Amino acid sequence: MPNQINVISEKCVGCSLCVNNCPFGAITLTERPDHPKKLKLAVIDLHKCTFCGACIESCKKFGAINLIKEEPIKLDIDPSHYKGIWVYAEQRHGEVSPVVYELLNEGRRLADKMQTPLSAILIGSRIESKAHDLIQHGADKVYVFDDPIFFEFQDDCYSDILSHLIKEEKPEIVLMGATNIGRSFASRVAARIRTGLTADCTALEVDLSNRNLQQTRPAFGGNIMATILCPRHRPQMATVRHKVFKPAPRDPNRKGEIIKKTVDSSKIINRTKFLEFIKDTSAKVNLSDADIIVSGGRGLGKPEGFKLVEELAEALGGAVGSSRAAVDAGWIPYSHQVGQTGRTVSPKIYFACGISGQIQHLVGMGSSDIIVAINKDPHAPMMKAANFAIEGDLYEIIPWIIKKIKKSRGIEA
Amino acid sequence: MHFIVCIKQVPNTTNVQIDQKTNTLKREGVESIINPFDEFAIEEAVRLKERTGGKTTVITMGPPQAENALREAIGRGIDNAILISDRAFAGADTWATSYTLASAIKKIGDYDLIICGKQATDGDTAQVGPGIAEMLDIPHVAYVKKIEEITPEKAKVERMMEDGYDIIEMPLPSLITVVKEINTPRMPSLRGMMASKKAQIPHWTAQEINAESTNIGLTGSPTQVMKIFTPPQRPGGEKLEGSPEEMAASLTDKLKQLQII
Repeated sequence: MPNQINVISEKCVGCSLCVNNCPFGAITLTERPDHPKKLKLAVIDLHKCTFCGACIESCKKFGAINLIKEEPIKLDIDPSHYKGIWVYAEQRHGEVSPVVYELLNEGRRLADKMQTPLSAILIGSRIESKAHDLIQHGADKVYVFDDPIFFEFQDDCYSDILSHLIKEEKPEIVLMGATNIGRSFASRVAARIRTGLTADCTALEVDLSNRNLQQTRPAFGGNIMATILCPRHRPQMATVRHKVFKPAPRDPNRKGEIIKKTVDSSKIINRTKFLEFIKDTSAKVNLSDADIIVSGGRGLGKPEGFKLVEELAEALGGAVGSSRAAVDAGWIPYSHQVGQTGRTVSPKIYFACGISGQIQHLVGMGSSDIIVAINKDPHAPMMKAANFAIEGDLYEIIPWIIKKIKKSRGIEA
Repeated sequence: MHFIVCIKQVPNTTNVQIDQKTNTLKREGVESIINPFDEFAIEEAVRLKERTGGKTTVITMGPPQAENALREAIGRGIDNAILISDRAFAGADTWATSYTLASAIKKIGDYDLIICGKQATDGDTAQVGPGIAEMLDIPHVAYVKKIEEITPEKAKVERMMEDGYDIIEMPLPSLITVVKEINTPRMPSLRGMMASKKAQIPHWTAQEINAESTNIGLTGSPTQVMKIFTPPQRPGGEKLEGSPEEMAASLTDKLKQLQII
């Protein structure tokens, strides 16, 4: 039987709790002129409803919404044929991406809990030497595909080789970094092997009773968290953002198995042609990797304001970010933009200088450990989100902060 | 050449404020808009048509009201629109959505380049574009910030990466997802708005695109939502007091105590 949901009109009091709680905007209130008390009635748009059950929770008091979930369809596959957790050991230009060590740490924890091996999959050209490093960071096995065809990242050949290996070896779980590379080809792989993929997870847990991976991710710009399951398909695939988990510690004595796979590059699908890589030399510190970020917004008032922002970033050894407003005003290039249409960052400390804190900006930096807001407007959302809020003119305050920081580091200003 | 754009109608969160009491989005009166990244996809298709000749088609999967988004795309210069709409599509995850859109594109048949925005602002997954490409068995390049060259046989594109950009040549037909940097979308023209009003927009059902019922909607979705909750609120912050010099000093002390600097 398909999913069914309906509002019990006798019980509904038109309180709008469900309307506010529906993450998909599927519920509206309609007038009930014929009702003795003229109470409104909740109406569910079945085109938008995903049967998530959020409204049922919100309507506990009245019990006016009835949800019948369809009988779980039996597994499309036999899960007992699937074993092990994999981490895709992304490398770019021969360097293993930092997110890989974080995935190894979380993968190790899950593998121990599930009593299953942890493997890393390394695809590249002349990268075999990195395999030991992955073992020292927690992998039991490393599969290595080393061939010139993998020198630069191209979706076709990377998807082809990873899907083949998944079909051959049948892992239970595949974790990948939510980087440009990971987000681009994980989806192709999941599409090909017909399994679920959950993007940008911020927490992972496992239910040992059915070995389902509970994948928690932000949705609707981070205002809602959703826990996602992939109950009927294997492997369960997830991409995870950089800096969500701590990197795995290195143990130089750790032993593991390195499995070199032969590559017949003539059999690999590779329809695109890589021509050239142009390095971005403008940014001194990579935003996504930075531990300290100093961002400027509309409140700077003029493009020269970024000189001050840069000076503070330099004093702290951090990177320069910006709000969308400052990018749109042409004060700083798009590559510095933090937020929904820019980059997502989670540094140890985030300075928001003259940034009001629109929701689109907050979702891009809300997971920073410490937020410092400097703003004229004490009611700006950023001032409420901040751990330390400083009200005042940033042109007066920032030079003092620079002085104090330099002084504390023994550099006289 | 034929350019197909895949778009999504999403809730407009641009001017939405956070409810300070409940710390949730104020949803009342939130209108539906074209996913902001899809506006760049629409504009790029219109520009490509101006460059090479041919036609442009926009498609979306959604409820009947998603037709508004398609009409707006026509207002911005797209030639034709098709709405893929069926109650059976409800609850689709990215796999089932990719399958549905790919099935519709198969029905359309002749195409040279499919253009999608890099991700939608409600789900933020960036998975549907590459998923469609895989299901159509064509190559894709994600995060395209420039199309340097295009001929009926191939395209040369720039792909934005964290450390710079890659230049890649792809045979056509293929698919790209585009980032904000690729262009500045134009406003709908008067002529476009006339066309948008007059356009006949066909609605295609699951049956019309030959979609297997086991591959669409909630039933066809490998992922399922287990629960949805509001994230824990950030603990309330501290407002620093005093003169600019005093506030700067107290901030520096606090950051030192936390061993951040």
